[in-house]
Amino acid sequence: MAYLQQILFVLTLAIAVYILTRRIKTIKGNIQLGKDLDLSNQPSQRFRNMLLVAFGQQKMFKKVIPAFLHLLIYVGFLVINIEVLEFILDGILGTHRLFAPYLGGFYNLLMNVFECLAIGVLVSCVAFLVRRNVLPIERFKSAEMTSWPKLDANLILVIEIILMVAILTMNASDQILQGRDAHYTTTGPLIFSGLLVPIFEPMSTSSLIIVERFAWWFHIVGILAFAVYVTYSKHLHIFMAFPNTYYSSLKPKGEMNNMDSVTNEVHIMLGIQADQSAPPAEVGRFGAKDVNDLSWLNIMNAYACTECGRCTAECPANQTGKKLSPRKIMMDTRDRAEEVGNSLAKGGKGLEDGKSLLGDYITQEEINACTSCNACVEACPVNINPLEIILELRRYVAMEESGSPASWNSMFQNIETSFAPWKFAPTDRFNWSQELKEESNS
Amino acid sequence: MSEIKIPTMADMAANGTTPEILFWVGCAGSFDDRYKNVTKAFIKILNKVGVSFAVLGPEETCTGDPARRAGNEFLFQMQAISNIQVMNGYNVKKVVTACPHCFNTIKNEYPALGGNYEVIHHSTFLQQLINDGKVSLKGGGEFKGKKITYHDSCYLGRANNIYEAPREVLEALDAELVEMKRCKTKGFCCGAGGAQMFKDAEQGKKEVNIERTEEALQTGADTIAVACPFCMTMMSDGVKNKEKEASVKVKDLAELIAEAENL
Repeated sequence: MAYLQQILFVLTLAIAVYILTRRIKTIKGNIQLGKDLDLSNQPSQRFRNMLLVAFGQQKMFKKVIPAFLHLLIYVGFLVINIEVLEFILDGILGTHRLFAPYLGGFYNLLMNVFECLAIGVLVSCVAFLVRRNVLPIERFKSAEMTSWPKLDANLILVIEIILMVAILTMNASDQILQGRDAHYTTTGPLIFSGLLVPIFEPMSTSSLIIVERFAWWFHIVGILAFAVYVTYSKHLHIFMAFPNTYYSSLKPKGEMNNMDSVTNEVHIMLGIQADQSAPPAEVGRFGAKDVNDLSWLNIMNAYACTECGRCTAECPANQTGKKLSPRKIMMDTRDRAEEVGNSLAKGGKGLEDGKSLLGDYITQEEINACTSCNACVEACPVNINPLEIILELRRYVAMEESGSPASWNSMFQNIETSFAPWKFAPTDRFNWSQELKEESNS
Repeated sequence: MSEIKIPTMADMAANGTTPEILFWVGCAGSFDDRYKNVTKAFIKILNKVGVSFAVLGPEETCTGDPARRAGNEFLFQMQAISNIQVMNGYNVKKVVTACPHCFNTIKNEYPALGGNYEVIHHSTFLQQLINDGKVSLKGGGEFKGKKITYHDSCYLGRANNIYEAPREVLEALDAELVEMKRCKTKGFCCGAGGAQMFKDAEQGKKEVNIERTEEALQTGADTIAVACPFCMTMMSDGVKNKEKEASVKVKDLAELIAEAENL
């Protein structure tokens, strides 16, 4: 019986590891659909950003209450995972609470800390379910929050609640068994699961063992299954937040990337000697029409997005009823990358499927509404940059399709002919100086 | 008052001199009737403190910012590289401008194209003048007891982390500085950035500038201070739309300082 459980466990673990490895490979491949970008500079500054923003949750605390609730879940996740290590070793070795004899009194303290955190996670998840489904918080009800994003968000919270209940049930039955069966190592009294003891006390030892085993298996299989689910879900931010903040921009937010391929052409047009030593820049597509025109960082951004909607809640265009939602830009980018990746994995047409990010997912009306105010970039707790994607799409529309709004085309023409975005005679540019001289003389 | 001086780089070069700073006026500062007043106020301040400065005058052209934000990278780079040629030709080292969009572009985006200058926005420049005691604001009286609210320009604030300089300038006026609900990093855009200034807004429920003006009016301030030509237009339009132009003024930092100094 004991061996059977061990074999079953090793098998379960192997299947989970296999699926997870495949999923990670797939996601890595999808991110690499994006253009190459060298971000190996300033590693210490990048590490600092990751430590502050991802690990330290710095930007979450712009909204104190959700930040606190989120912190409880986050710390719970980090710390309770130490227990998962024991679960896995117990599962493989056929032991029970492997660490207990070595840690003694400290083990009891540790278990009680875990239980406190489990309660913290439980309470936070319930609060988040209420925030999401009952309270009138606009960003959870925006247009892009269709059935799947809503279900995904609720599923994550419900699964976490169930996992925590499993831990507490396991500990409760375990505590009773400690007095009845030598296999169950003594842990000392546990605060919260201790409260559940009276419920299980009347049960026979054999039924209790079934309850304990069921809860143990449910918890560990639940965690492994959840780990796989996370790779399909917005919840992937728990991992992606780290590389995403590490690689996030170190430049001032106002700076747009220079297109070096254009610089070469402009130098030639202006008769400036181009740098001969530089290899001719690869002139691909100007701007972005599809995910492969974006950088890998843009696509990684999309995988790091947990659809909290803080960007959208701060977006002046969205808040005044325009179609643009920065969160939707990120969701669309991920969906398109997934679509292309899945198609390629099946030997399908991939990028050549007749669809593209611009047009089939994101419309011109959306990108034209952006004021480039950087509110979305500032708001994102994990340093995602929706603005960069919007501006790359605009570059494609302007330079490849000449499809900008008519008034922008007039503005371009004014700059070309009058050297100002308005139609004024260039010779009048300095008239103000004469006016000022006259005014100050009178 | 002595004759106001507005030297151009060309004049100075002809005389064999180089000014300490180039005042980059910008298109709005040159052509927009309302913003020309800001240019004039800033020139008066420069004259008063006796800084060695010059303007490019007719040689100045659009930095290319609206073209770049609207997606036209070719046009942006044509403008940028031409401007850099002119500025490098005059051996420009330090640039001051009253436009956050020009400021952002010259400071952050010209270096990649060979234009490396120390670039300062006029809010920071004014703050330095006040800190150095070059602008004493003895007059001050007319702002006492008045409420001023400051509208953050996105291209100063989030884009370049300049939040305090304009506020310190306003505090020097001895007025009461009242903040809007959304300010500093959470400042709400006026609606004109990203080349929106040059097109109609997309279909929506409300204009961005109306939303922002309502917020500014809620503070009860009699002056809405701005530090950007686009914000100036959008907030002024918003105040007009709300029919408050008799009681609420939209003013640039330079105008307020010039007024306080009786320039």
